Amino acid sequence: MVKIEEYASIVGQPIIDDLKLLAGRLQGKVIQNINSTSVGGGVAEILSRMVPIMKELGVDTKWDLIKGGEQFFEVTKKFHNALHGKQEVIDQHDFDIFLETSKKNIEEVNIYGDIVFVHDPQPIALIKNKNANKWIWRCHIDVSEPDQKVWEFLMGFIINYDSAVFSAPSFSRKMPIRQFLISPSIDPLSDKNKELPQEVIDSVLRKYGILQDKPIITQISRFDRLKDPVGVIEAYQQVKKYNDCQLILAGGTAADDPEGIAVLEEAREKARQDPDIHILLLPQNDIEVNALQRASTVIMQKSIKEGFGLTVAEALWKAKPVVASGVGGIPLQVKHKYSGLLCHSIEGAAFAIKQLLNSPGYAKKLGENGREHIRNNFLLTRHLRDYMLLFLSLYYQEDIVYL
Amino acid sequence: MAELIKAKEPFKFCTRFHLSELTGLRASTLGQLLDLIKEVPGSCIYHHTHRFLQQHQYLSPEPPNDFAYWVIDALGEDRLGEDLASIDTMQYSTIRSLRDKIASTIEDYLKINPLAKLRFAHPGEEFYFIKSVSFVLPTDYIAYNLADFVEILRKITMDTIYFHIFEARLRIEKQSNDFSNWIETSLGDKKLADEISGLDPYTRTLEDLRAAIIRITEKRIKG
Repeated sequence: MVKIEEYASIVGQPIIDDLKLLAGRLQGKVIQNINSTSVGGGVAEILSRMVPIMKELGVDTKWDLIKGGEQFFEVTKKFHNALHGKQEVIDQHDFDIFLETSKKNIEEVNIYGDIVFVHDPQPIALIKNKNANKWIWRCHIDVSEPDQKVWEFLMGFIINYDSAVFSAPSFSRKMPIRQFLISPSIDPLSDKNKELPQEVIDSVLRKYGILQDKPIITQISRFDRLKDPVGVIEAYQQVKKYNDCQLILAGGTAADDPEGIAVLEEAREKARQDPDIHILLLPQNDIEVNALQRASTVIMQKSIKEGFGLTVAEALWKAKPVVASGVGGIPLQVKHKYSGLLCHSIEGAAFAIKQLLNSPGYAKKLGENGREHIRNNFLLTRHLRDYMLLFLSLYYQEDIVYL
Repeated sequence: MAELIKAKEPFKFCTRFHLSELTGLRASTLGQLLDLIKEVPGSCIYHHTHRFLQQHQYLSPEPPNDFAYWVIDALGEDRLGEDLASIDTMQYSTIRSLRDKIASTIEDYLKINPLAKLRFAHPGEEFYFIKSVSFVLPTDYIAYNLADFVEILRKITMDTIYFHIFEARLRIEKQSNDFSNWIETSLGDKKLADEISGLDPYTRTLEDLRAAIIRITEKRIKG
């Protein structure tokens, strides 16, 4: 297990000291995190890293789970998709299933925290157990264009919380409770982001038959239409007319996702007969992702829609120049022409890539700026600090709080 | 080296953290932006004129404020962006006066360029108003003379420098920065106080600002 002091070499000892200072102000408070799963998914990943470090800092932090059967999770999956703006058929029966399971959880989940930190919609109804303690609802989903029926159903619970937390400003809307902006983060010491020896990078490239004889453009993302892999190939093809380069499209396995398999096939069809396009169906292997990112000349994230897009933070942390769509949380990570280039079309993406390939000094500067931007704003240490400030904010209403 | 004067009152360094509070307010056009600039809490104006300094502290010089950045980036109004970016924040000692200047800059521009009212940001590129909530905490660092002051300046975080320079002057409305106030009132060194308050912190990175204050103070210590 990584210790908090190990981050000092990355962010500086004063930042670690600040975390300890803030943790001291939370003495005596019990923070109870509640979500629906301990493994799999972004929330569990974040909590599994944050909870031990919070404890190490001296904040009494717990993590509990709700229970739910297959039907319940089918309904919450539908909620999840609908909140992302996807068309879903949701009827009263679905709401009844949600409420029925929630009722059991309200009766069974032991609420003991001074601060109850509820993650995502699944446990949202637990707010019925609110008494004198403080409650926060943490939304990890892109709710910029939610299905109104589902959103209004959830609002019936949200308004009873003390505060809500969103990952991007575009996810917020007028509410009768306080709402805060806290971006997710990457862990610089995880397998996906830690420094790698050159031999490891070389061996991963060898494994996939990729030579380093020409610039490498890479997009890491699952094969999903919202990540626009076909658009990435078209942008690469436009670049290729002027700059000899190669493309890596690498993403997670899509074995249980029929749409993913179709998208993968579309990409393969589009890439046919070009040996410089490498479409890699990667198993969950963080070291390989890390190596591919580090071997790249330019990293793309040409998403059409994006929850937050932490692959951008991962690339910038490796000081790579990034070309990305200005959607979801990406504009928070990339300030156009300062820490990367934003694009809105295939042509725009191609133009930006050519700029970077033809101006390596400029590309290097953007990458360096990007790394500093991530160091200051998107590492786990900042996330920990924000959460502790969030907990403290529950006890103060002022805009300037003297602790 | 000049003899070090012991301060009448020691300087107690504080640090400051901020949390971004969402308002749910958004603007798609210059008209909407202007209306909201006039009515949002002062903490929003503070946030959007100072956020860039902290989040992009490695960039230099002249980081734009959020309003300037948005009108250029989302609306393509480069001239107005330049006008907003070049507002000399140092000339304003309250958020209210800074807000008035931003609003009048947009109003003046719209009078000359009425068609600019018709431009709108694409969905997802609207201006989202955010409020800055500050948490101020004392640190263990205390300076009793200029030598202590310089030594501590080398160690403290950017948040501490940020608090004593930016937040104290404009948000807590102390007219000048905390360092100059202390040097003048507790050490009686008006010349050094003026030299520090004469630095334009808005056109430097925080790290450059730290280096400049250390350099000026060390020069003063050496006489």
